[in-house]
Amino acid sequence: MARKKRKVPSLNASSTADISFILLIFFLVTTSMDTDAGLARRLPPPPEDEQAEMDVKERNVLNVKVNAAGQIMCGGDFIEIDQLCDKAKEFVKNDANSPNLPEKHLKNIPLLGQCAVTDKHVISVQTDRGTPYNVYFQVQNELVRAYNELRDELSKAKFGRVYAALDEDHQVAVREYYPQKISEAEPKNYGGNK
Amino acid sequence: MGRFNKGGSREMPELNTSSLPDLIFTILFFFMIVTTMREVTLKVKFTVPSGTELEKLEKKSVVSFIYVGPPTDQLRPVMGSGTRIQLNDRYAEPGEVMDFIAEERSTMTDQAAQTISLKVDQGTQMGIITDIKEVLRKSWALKINYSATKRN
Repeated sequence: MARKKRKVPSLNASSTADISFILLIFFLVTTSMDTDAGLARRLPPPPEDEQAEMDVKERNVLNVKVNAAGQIMCGGDFIEIDQLCDKAKEFVKNDANSPNLPEKHLKNIPLLGQCAVTDKHVISVQTDRGTPYNVYFQVQNELVRAYNELRDELSKAKFGRVYAALDEDHQVAVREYYPQKISEAEPKNYGGNK
Repeated sequence: MGRFNKGGSREMPELNTSSLPDLIFTILFFFMIVTTMREVTLKVKFTVPSGTELEKLEKKSVVSFIYVGPPTDQLRPVMGSGTRIQLNDRYAEPGEVMDFIAEERSTMTDQAAQTISLKVDQGTQMGIITDIKEVLRKSWALKINYSATKRN
């Protein structure tokens, strides 16, 4: 039985491609793409450009103050964080055209036509140096939510879709109707330990 | 029909592996694009707040990060537990932020789009953040982003 000496068969490597694909898919699934999210804000330009100090009527300003203990004061009274959104909406909207809320005046907005808007309003957020960042962030978040909800309401009423689903021109129109005006005053040291 | 020829034609055909390098290159390029190159070793510990109205931070190439929080546990014995600012790989004072912004900006192609992502610990006091914001205003880095996690 003297057999012929056989060659060692070469390794079947046809599955390495599959293996590397599995690896690839594994990494695809496990790595979080690290989509960094956050609350986008725009700071006002440096003070020296702000020479023309705007004269803002008292009725146009909503003061939101946060003290070092994280308590929130809106308008004139203490509120909880979950009330802030409604307060801000009521303020910006001024449905009943109340004399205590921001003044309305007619403005011609493309796509929306002539409408009475409260675009002179300002929401002023004032913090103490000791205010916890988390409370400040939640306040900002609620204010942005108020604007987003108002914009959504308007776009649903006028265009039948939510704000995010509108095209650029319509979004600009809605933004013009409800401009986001959150100002941040210089921090004060009130009600706080230094 | 003695067709069971045991002798010859036993060798397996060679696999054509010429496309494997391409495959590996694909994976390599994929990771090169997806991962951010600059990995900063964190020297501060922070838990960002959670919010509902978040926007995604796009265009990583124009984003600079500022980390604020207490030093990590390993560094606490040396650095204490006070709130610190971290720029790149080191601790910094609020005044140094301006240089950092200018330095970061000089490496960017679209300088007007420069965005500062503030990764700040929840428990930080606003004082230090206000200081940073003042410096950011002075250095005309006006687009900022308070980093946060999504909450429903």
